[in-house]
Amino acid sequence: MSLITTKGITKTYNPKKIPVHALRGIDLTIEEGEFTAIVGPSGSGKTTLLNIIGGLDRQTKGEIRVDGVNISDLSDNKLIDFRKNKIGFVFQSYNLIPVFTAAENIGFIMLLQKKTKNEINSRVMDLLKSVGIEEQKNKRPNEMSGGQQQRVAVARALASKPKFVLADEPTANLDSKSTADLLDIMENLNKNEGITFVFSTHDQRVIDRAHRVVTIEDGKVIEDERVG
Amino acid sequence: MILKLAWRNIWRNKRRTLITVASIFFAVLFSIFMNSFQKGAWVRMLDNVVNYYYGYAQIHQKGYWEEKTINNVLELNDELWQLPTQIDGLEQIIPRLETFALLSSGEHTSGMMIVGTNPNAEDRLTKLKSRLTEGTYFNQRDKVLLIAEGVKDLLKVSLGDTLIILTQGYHGVNAAGKYSIKGIVHFASPDLNKRMVYLPLEETQDLLGAPSMATSLALRLNDRDDLEDVIEQLQTQLDADKYEIMDWQSMLPDLVEAQKTDAAGNYIFLLVLYLIISFGIFGTILMMVKEREHEFGILLSIGMSRGLLAFSTWVEILLMALLGVILGMLAALPLVHYFKVNPIDFSEYGEMAESYEKWGFDPIFPTVMDASLFYSQAIIMAIITSLLALFAIWKIYKLKPVEAMRE
Repeated sequence: MSLITTKGITKTYNPKKIPVHALRGIDLTIEEGEFTAIVGPSGSGKTTLLNIIGGLDRQTKGEIRVDGVNISDLSDNKLIDFRKNKIGFVFQSYNLIPVFTAAENIGFIMLLQKKTKNEINSRVMDLLKSVGIEEQKNKRPNEMSGGQQQRVAVARALASKPKFVLADEPTANLDSKSTADLLDIMENLNKNEGITFVFSTHDQRVIDRAHRVVTIEDGKVIEDERVG
Repeated sequence: MILKLAWRNIWRNKRRTLITVASIFFAVLFSIFMNSFQKGAWVRMLDNVVNYYYGYAQIHQKGYWEEKTINNVLELNDELWQLPTQIDGLEQIIPRLETFALLSSGEHTSGMMIVGTNPNAEDRLTKLKSRLTEGTYFNQRDKVLLIAEGVKDLLKVSLGDTLIILTQGYHGVNAAGKYSIKGIVHFASPDLNKRMVYLPLEETQDLLGAPSMATSLALRLNDRDDLEDVIEQLQTQLDADKYEIMDWQSMLPDLVEAQKTDAAGNYIFLLVLYLIISFGIFGTILMMVKEREHEFGILLSIGMSRGLLAFSTWVEILLMALLGVILGMLAALPLVHYFKVNPIDFSEYGEMAESYEKWGFDPIFPTVMDASLFYSQAIIMAIITSLLALFAIWKIYKLKPVEAMRE
């Protein structure tokens, strides 16, 4: 079953002044369990596409279905709720809550889902283990390295048991070792738990590990290649 | 978790938080002290007035207050004597027969106010006995006078001397009598000190040809807070065509005006103070919102509702304000207590003391320890900060996560 389907997605910034066409009709289908990289040069529209798929931004035209729901029809509040329960986000600059510890950052989203304390504690411990940072659980973001922070971000993205994870340039700020470790973690989660990952990246190390590579240029899909 | 988030966020910029908390702390401390001092001064002034003469309320024959003549007297009947047993909160009624008279001794003659009263009841209401500076207090059966110090000086008399009273009695009868001086009393008010002369009630009634009559009934209450309730009960009990019931506010409108003016001045001062503090808090909120725009974007992205984010931000701002309020209250507590026990005494400051004494007030200013003075500050600050927090809430509701995360 298709998890994400976009039909003729366009996005134009400043449509009434000097229009900037970020996306020019994207048709894309992503199936459950895929490990997909969306690649392309800077300004090609990768992040815009991810933001629209993630319901963080609205398209100018076109239709987008996520897990069978046309998210273009959802109100702002319902979209927030949808994101909370269906989508996990990993950002380029980690974007952890600075006043929370690693464990609190991971547990926070489950709190928003009104999970019980026991459920939260148990899942936080499982996630900390699966990303290999149990030792760092009581540390705040400013006490951790970039690689450790990004692992926390991955764990946070998975905490709500989302349908898929959107990762915007997740390795852009990481060194080679941290990148390799992070990719190992995500690939294992994909392989063992069937979690769908969609990345935007121009990092060759990520592209090399992806199972599908969608190339975007000037707001259009110019290549869609399944590898591995 | 929301509380934890809010609390930790407060301390992200310690210096800014401390400055904001300190400004609220000083505002709260200052306004509690000011209000407590002002309220204390007025409570004391009111007690002074009650202790000196009027009582918290009086009953007269209808029309007496407008035209204070000996012919506007009321009859002391059973209906009036029974009032303390029928009205909750009314402890005692003190009948007085008051008139103006010429007092003479030797070559000295002057117009004075004669107050015929029950000595024991009068003492319980106005503590007249405690104002004795010479001689002894009078009794109900005595045929003697108590005179104020100023009267003694004007008429050049001393204890044991005889004074002649000449006046017009009830329905125009001639009233004259001679009485010896049994005691001298002191009034702080120079005005009262120059004209007050006390006689036992029954003797005054005989002198003025007005048996069982009085010009006023001063009321002694169990508690001054019962005043409104007592007046309401009296209004239903007594015939409004026959009697007038007046509280201290209607008998002393100048005092009420002075109190209002004083309170208004205080309110304006506090308003300016709170306005300054509000600008300070708003500055903090403005900076906080700007600095945290990115973070707000993240929280919205990961699924925190705008309502919850707005609530968390409101809690954060409120916590900061409450911290200042609580510290301000804690600091105000010993300060207010100290000045309650050791009131500020202006009696050494000549002109200032004199101006208060002219009104009949002791120039002593205690504070009052009233819980409402404290919790009202918490309410005021909660309202101010909640109103100011509307800016942050408005920004949160307008925020676009993608744009915010680019900040």
